[in-house]
Amino acid sequence: MESPLLQIKDLHKSYGSLEVLKGIDFSVSKGEKVAVIGPSGSGKSTCLRCVNFLEKPSRGHIILDGERVGVKPGSDRLMSDAELAPQRAQMGMVFQLFYLWPHLTVLENVSIGLRKVQGVPSNEASEIAMDMLEKVHLGNKANTFPGLLSGGQQQRVAIARALAQRPKLLLFDEPTSALDPELVGEVLNVIQELADEGRTMLLVTHEINFARDIADRVIFMDGGVVVEEGPARELITNPQAERTRVFLSKIEK
Amino acid sequence: MLDKIQHILIALLGGISVTISVTLGALIIAVLLGLLLGVVRSFTKWKLLRFTIDVYVELFRNIPALAILFIIYFGLGSVGLRLGSVTAAILGLGLIGGAVLCDVFRAGFSALHSGQREAAIAIGMTPYQTIRLILAPQAIRIALPPLGNYAIQLLKDTSIASAIAAPEIMFFARTLVTSTFETTLIYICAAGIYLLLSLPLFRAIQSIEKRFGVGR
Repeated sequence: MESPLLQIKDLHKSYGSLEVLKGIDFSVSKGEKVAVIGPSGSGKSTCLRCVNFLEKPSRGHIILDGERVGVKPGSDRLMSDAELAPQRAQMGMVFQLFYLWPHLTVLENVSIGLRKVQGVPSNEASEIAMDMLEKVHLGNKANTFPGLLSGGQQQRVAIARALAQRPKLLLFDEPTSALDPELVGEVLNVIQELADEGRTMLLVTHEINFARDIADRVIFMDGGVVVEEGPARELITNPQAERTRVFLSKIEK
Repeated sequence: MLDKIQHILIALLGGISVTISVTLGALIIAVLLGLLLGVVRSFTKWKLLRFTIDVYVELFRNIPALAILFIIYFGLGSVGLRLGSVTAAILGLGLIGGAVLCDVFRAGFSALHSGQREAAIAIGMTPYQTIRLILAPQAIRIALPPLGNYAIQLLKDTSIASAIAAPEIMFFARTLVTSTFETTLIYICAAGIYLLLSLPLFRAIQSIEKRFGVGR
């Protein structure tokens, strides 16, 4: 069997004396969609942010496509941000609060990484960026500034920006939590379409029904540990652990 | 009366080019130095470097400009480094401006949400690219209004260069006073020239702000 695209091994993270992650282990295979759910403060976002080293893990391994992330090969020395850049470029990240760059147009937001990080010539970068914008149904907004878009549109641009990296793995950090309820659907639809294309995704979400429908596997985290993991439908409709049951019963309402 | 004013204005005109040169020269030094110090102060991990910049900023912000000009013009002169009065004024005011603008740019950087940086490094930008392409353009936009205020202030402050005999507007005014004793009229004319210079400068700054404020 092929080794998984992403492996998280014994991941720990502490802030001072506060231990947020207490040894997380799981993996994501190529083409697999994995959703991480759990109550606020369970460490699920921190876990996701450790994958591309926006947070530096206190201990443990992140392995992407056979390569250890954030640590110099053959030593234990952590990489600097400059050294990390090529590894981060292989992972697309979508943030809860979008974080589009307000001084750049929508098209530039999507194409700047192609031009400056991937070294794609300007014309070609614009074409690819345009394709990505079409994919999220925002081709008509290419020349507007992000500040003029709705939250749902901004998040779709952010998804296009992540896609433009041609990433091996897409990371979603609660992509719909900051959106007005009527805008959630358009973003989930886009994520659904990406899932249907067979992209590899790791998704932290509060949308339990969405996780059930889209994910192959769901991981339930609480208190900095993985409490339970299993096939999405099974875990959500028939959780085994008491803590999972309690959490899901609160959400159902 | 009009005759007299005309005579005075013509005499003062000789100072305008020096006033403008000192303003522009000092402004260029101040912006480049301030941006450099502001970026380094905001992003360096080296404590000693941060401390050094803080000392620089506090020194130049808390010593009167006149004292600094005297030190540069007379002090350096006495140890053999003799600068022209215009050069000394540009250098002195530029160094002071660098300290002022260091803080202005630093405030611009610290006003940005940390997510702006995170999104940039997440797509694989290096720290240098992140600052140059994402953070600095936004921080500079935020810094534009205080930068404009500084430029106006600087134009007016060039008048102290007259104290080291830089032949700018006030220098001509004072010289003229000693030969004609038309004190009030001469200084009012000088004030009018400053006003005529600073109003267009203010307008120019406003239009820059308007133009680059787009998208925020």
